[in-house]
Amino acid sequence: MARQIYEAIVDGILTGGVYALMAVGLTLIFGVLDIINIAQGVLVILGAYLSYELSVRAGIDLFVGLLITVPAMFIIGVVIHWAFLRRLRGRERTSMTLLVTYAVALIVEGILYKVWGPNYVQLKASYVNSSVHVFGFYLPYIYIYGFILAVALIVALYTLLYRTRFGRSVRATMQDETAARLVGIDVNRVAALTFGVGVAVTAVGGMVYGATSGGFNPNSGYDLISRLLAIIILGGLGSIGGALAASIFMLTLESLVDIWSPNWAIVVFYGALVVVLVIRPTGFFGRQAVRAQ
Amino acid sequence: MSTQRTAQAAGLAALAAAAIVFPLVFTNPVVTNYGVFTLIFVVAASAWNVFSGFSGYISLGQAVFFGSGAYALGIAARDWHVSGDAVFALLPACAAVGALIAVPFGLVALRVRRHTFIVITIAVFFIFQLMAYNFSFTGGSTGLSSPFLNWHADTYNNPFYYITLACAVGMIGLAWLIRRSRFGLQLRAIRDDEDRARGLGVRAMRVKLAAFALSGAVTALIGGVWFYYLTQVQPSTGFDPLFDLSIVLMAFLGGFGTIAGPVVGALIIEPGQLYLTAHFTNGYYSEILLGALFLLVVLFVPRGIIPTGGEWITALRTRGRPAVTPATAPPPPAAAPPQAAPSPPTTAPPASRSPSTPGGSR
Amino acid sequence: MSALLRTDGVTKSFGGVQALSGATIEVDEGTVAGLIGPNGSGKTTLFNVITGYGRADAGEVYFGDRAITNAAPDRVFALGIGRTFQLTRIFARLTVLENMLVATQHKGRPRNLLARTSRGHWVQQRRRAMDLLEFVGIAGHAGVGAGTLSYGQRKLLELAYVLVADPAVILLDEPAGGVNPSLINHISDRIRELNKSGKTFLIVEHNMEFVMGLCSRITVLDSGSATASGPPDIIRTDKRVLDAYLGEDVEDDDDIPG
Repeated sequence: MARQIYEAIVDGILTGGVYALMAVGLTLIFGVLDIINIAQGVLVILGAYLSYELSVRAGIDLFVGLLITVPAMFIIGVVIHWAFLRRLRGRERTSMTLLVTYAVALIVEGILYKVWGPNYVQLKASYVNSSVHVFGFYLPYIYIYGFILAVALIVALYTLLYRTRFGRSVRATMQDETAARLVGIDVNRVAALTFGVGVAVTAVGGMVYGATSGGFNPNSGYDLISRLLAIIILGGLGSIGGALAASIFMLTLESLVDIWSPNWAIVVFYGALVVVLVIRPTGFFGRQAVRAQ
Repeated sequence: MSTQRTAQAAGLAALAAAAIVFPLVFTNPVVTNYGVFTLIFVVAASAWNVFSGFSGYISLGQAVFFGSGAYALGIAARDWHVSGDAVFALLPACAAVGALIAVPFGLVALRVRRHTFIVITIAVFFIFQLMAYNFSFTGGSTGLSSPFLNWHADTYNNPFYYITLACAVGMIGLAWLIRRSRFGLQLRAIRDDEDRARGLGVRAMRVKLAAFALSGAVTALIGGVWFYYLTQVQPSTGFDPLFDLSIVLMAFLGGFGTIAGPVVGALIIEPGQLYLTAHFTNGYYSEILLGALFLLVVLFVPRGIIPTGGEWITALRTRGRPAVTPATAPPPPAAAPPQAAPSPPTTAPPASRSPSTPGGSR
Repeated sequence: MSALLRTDGVTKSFGGVQALSGATIEVDEGTVAGLIGPNGSGKTTLFNVITGYGRADAGEVYFGDRAITNAAPDRVFALGIGRTFQLTRIFARLTVLENMLVATQHKGRPRNLLARTSRGHWVQQRRRAMDLLEFVGIAGHAGVGAGTLSYGQRKLLELAYVLVADPAVILLDEPAGGVNPSLINHISDRIRELNKSGKTFLIVEHNMEFVMGLCSRITVLDSGSATASGPPDIIRTDKRVLDAYLGEDVEDDDDIPG
């Protein structure tokens, strides 16, 4: 029993790191653009399929393949922003952006079905199948590599935001778009690049998810996005640290409940969100419950 | 003005007559089947609109009510051994279940706004879907079947058509009444500036919760009808994320927050969707088309057909006339003080007429 | 005369910033009271605490003899305290008349559901709303979307819809801010007239001429607490006030006070 609990906690933390990376992209996009990107989940799956394609067709290693898939997803993100989101303004913007990203999710999902079909696939590599022995149980290497990569990228994103000129522009835009414009920041450019960066991380998230989740198909995006949404709300919208903390908390909780009943683990996951919000509507690290309508 | 009223009334009467004779003219069950589904969505989209369209709180969790209504009917019919036409007597119970779920759901979700509200509705939606999968009394992933109806196959759809038509007429009437009422005004004030509305005495939580419960009750009711018509429900069909997306799209296409908007949207989208699903057995085509349609609506008619169309008509009417009617006149330039500042001092402040009771009712 | 509205040692901080530290003010029934102070002295915060838009960390708010500390905004309004906002907040997608009707109160309503939904009551409410629009001078815009009003007209609409429910006390947050001179006169005339009919006012304003001309008693707020209080002539010459406030540019109101 004790060993099961250890295993669940380690598993929760490691998977939590990967979820955190996907969630950070989502929360960053929210913070800068005031948009919740519903397509994030299905874009993760797209990232996973790109990695799958590269490794199966071209025999490119999963991690090396990221050098191709990350820029590809970045470009997709910038294009989505440019084509559909850039122009949305006005009072109904919140719902409009949500619906547009939902529509993008539907279209991408449809395309994934068309190209890869409904069958589940899994990413394979030597480090996916071999394990290391820790705390008395076996842990596939991919979990450790994926966690390290995710944490490294979160640190890199953090550095980008807090140590660079671009990061200053992003943070200024997050706080006050009008003021940012006044001091000469090209808000549209910042928004497009942020959307690109936020989507680019799905390439990494998708690769690790595809290798660790035990199989995915085009429909897996729904499950992912609903978890990611729960995570960023729980962490406080726009908060990177919050997304990290909430991911690890939620995934650990889920894997602990999973010992007792796999079916109810995911219910507990959403239940936790509801309970936390009843107590604290801003989430763990929320700046504010609501922006003015 | 009165001729316009008459024209409107005549138009509505013609529409109602057309709706009533529809299944008598188009006797093909395939066609009446389209009619029943479309009317179900007319009801669902209007119910959504009465809460979300009026208050501005976008709910993506209406399927919670729809599915719960369906399951409630199935469970009640099974456990209480209700069969045949008597099952229809259970429909009010479906509505009650919807309202009962809406109250705790609303008490949690309506504490937060905008994105957070939307995400909570999605989370609650998933909780319900997962519960339907995992509990034994919901029949797990096989779901439930409805009691058998011994009706003739040729006219099987007709009673359902008239039931859903009655629901649709009732819902539209209700939406119309709410829109003109004080309740509706309070909802629309909440949509514009909730905090300000509270400062003017609007009990925002009560108002929102009442609208949410009403919307939930109607959605659950029509969910019950849907289940009985389809004769079965599974977790993935009763609690379907595409259901939410469809009704939101219908409301947005027709006109968010208007009475006719969701109706027009449902009349366009649901038959279209049914047609596409019937003709492309691969589900993804209809998904891609639904998504593309959505993008087109948001990018090109963002306010919906009804408001945009209304503007075109007004523009056509006023074209060529020398003066613009005061109702649509632009406000006078901001520089001018409104109505000449030194207004006659004889104007008694109305407050002085009734110092203690406002309005001096009765 | 007794104090109709009173705050007693109200304290409030935002994070590390102390916005109010023991603010005690009194507004006597039937008067027009002024609240002045430098930017960031806590005037709007005090308004927010009184009207339920912000919670007090400590201290009490009394309306008559009744403690109303931290009551919800709708409750405060129902008790008879109305307020306007420094940056006007109107319902942009409702018509001007609909804006007025939002504030129609429960207390004047017939108990009987039938009578309540009857046309008579509704018509009465509308008539009263129109009278008030007439009174502030924007009745001609009743059917227009409120979003199309000019800034000055929005200020007037805000004043009018607060009056709908016939509150005993009206809190005005910078009624003359950003408004042209002739409209300022119009607004102060309306306030005087309402005051004559028995309404009590508490006004936050940077325009000294406006405040001094209108108010019978002025309280000076500095760093979150009241430093002086008295008739305009006394306040004008009070040394503490000069130190705290009049030393700086009094017309400087383009900053957002805390």
